[in-house]
Amino acid sequence: MVPLNWYIWLSGALFIIGMAGFLMRRNIIIMFISIELMLNAVNISLVSFGNFLKDMAGQVLTLFVIAVAAAEAAIGLGIIIALFRNKATVHVDEMNEMKG
Amino acid sequence: MIEKLIFGYLATAIIGLSILVITRRNPVHSVVLMLILFFHIAVLYLTLNAEFLAAIQIIIYAGAVLVLFLFVILLLNLKEELVVERFVGIWPLGLSAAIAFAIMMILSTTSFVKGPEGNIGVDIIKSETNTRVLGKVLFTDYLYPFEILSVVLLVAIIGAIVLTKRRLKS
Repeated sequence: MVPLNWYIWLSGALFIIGMAGFLMRRNIIIMFISIELMLNAVNISLVSFGNFLKDMAGQVLTLFVIAVAAAEAAIGLGIIIALFRNKATVHVDEMNEMKG
Repeated sequence: MIEKLIFGYLATAIIGLSILVITRRNPVHSVVLMLILFFHIAVLYLTLNAEFLAAIQIIIYAGAVLVLFLFVILLLNLKEELVVERFVGIWPLGLSAAIAFAIMMILSTTSFVKGPEGNIGVDIIKSETNTRVLGKVLFTDYLYPFEILSVVLLVAIIGAIVLTKRRLKS
């Protein structure tokens, strides 16, 4: 039996890699992929908690997170298309109109 | 022992692939590596008695979300993307924020206290199948959030159409 803490550490490591990718990359599509990584990390921890505490709520919440992630991907990629149409760039540091 | 070996392989593959995903220069490589990563996460769900979620992970993430990402990457100028700088100017700040979060997380997992256990153990899942148990819980205790979720998906459909629609010149 694999201990619960191992799953939690794996989930934490994946979340931190996703967070680092979100904060470090310039390309907005890779930033969205990093968000998906973070959501997957949360899913792993929810499923492992649900398995170890003998509760189905973890898996139900994971199903909700997956549905919200699909909606978020559709909306986010729509925003990227609108942005690319107006600015013709996908680099976040070239979007500085609101900089004072 | 064999479980720990499988978990060790899956954990190594997941962490290695995710580091590759956020550092590749070519976004198409990132998406393809992400596909392999999602398959590994699906196998991890199988080791946690969540067969339905493993199937959903492959169908929705690998089948729908990543294809959507690939369609949007068609917009990019890949030739330009291969030569420009990958990281923002202040990337050490982002990396140190992530490391600070990691330290906070390690400190908090050491004081983890187990909550009260539920009543759906592995034996019930094995005798009734995972999908049936999940459906029973989803359509009784979580019916209201499930209905709200349909509204979220409707908003996503309408929002995506409104955002990407070209304004007609009248």
